Amino acid sequence: MEDTEADASQGHHPTPREYVNIAIMLAILTALEVSTYFVDFGRIAIPLLIILMTIKFIMVASFFMHLKFDSKLFGRMLYGGLILALGLYAVTLIILFFERAPSA
Amino acid sequence: MAADVQATTLGLDHRKLAMWTFLGSEFLFFGAFVSAYLLYITTTAGGPGVEIFDIPFTSISSFVLLMSSLTMVLAHNAHAHGDLRRMRLWILATAGQGAVFLGGQVYEFTTFYNEGLNMTQSPFASSFFVLTGFHGLHVFVGILMLLSLYALSLTGKVKANQDVKTEMIGLYWHFVDIIWVVIFTVVYLIPEIAVL
Repeated sequence: MEDTEADASQGHHPTPREYVNIAIMLAILTALEVSTYFVDFGRIAIPLLIILMTIKFIMVASFFMHLKFDSKLFGRMLYGGLILALGLYAVTLIILFFERAPSA
Repeated sequence: MAADVQATTLGLDHRKLAMWTFLGSEFLFFGAFVSAYLLYITTTAGGPGVEIFDIPFTSISSFVLLMSSLTMVLAHNAHAHGDLRRMRLWILATAGQGAVFLGGQVYEFTTFYNEGLNMTQSPFASSFFVLTGFHGLHVFVGILMLLSLYALSLTGKVKANQDVKTEMIGLYWHFVDIIWVVIFTVVYLIPEIAVL
């Protein structure tokens, strides 16, 4: 297969203008994140930061990495690794936090 | 034969499939360091803790890295349309922004060192420097790949119809960016807010 041959899965990619619009949205989300340092958001600050982080993550992966337009298998590779890591280290942290790791 | 690439039985480019598999596995790599950092975040051994972070400064370098993803995707877009001149321009812009980010990290590490936070000072310090240092190493490797792509396109080894090469490097670069999106929130912002 030549480099020029498109994958069967590839769909329409955004235009440069659309990429710039996405970057502007990412910049606004980052500004909102940083504002939590200067403005007291109270108890919603940490959940808000996690939500903003997740939105930014998905936007970069979907549009800049073209997951939204490419084969779903690529997305499964990325998010599969993420879910595996989240599960593994969440369990590890819980065990270590409570210091109940089984002794050898 | 660089130009002849076998498709997988899935009808996908096997190089892209390999890159996505690699990127998925990288979550486990960085996840280990983030976990260690969260575990030792309060173990400062009497030294500086998260209050040492300069959030405004790190915010600017985070913004620069985020915007480098825009120039990277514009480089790929230009290459996909056969415009190698514009592709090289965006590649240089991306590498430049990566260099600015790395410069910021060097400045940050130096400042922390001068304020008493060094690699062996505490478990908190070790986990912080290892996590952010490995991310910086990934950025450095990304810059090397970008500059290699730039040089290869100048010498004609990367042709106008080989945009998959730019796309592959772009995938790596965007991944480095999304890892920093996570690090900036989990390592810098949330602990800093929790302390305030």
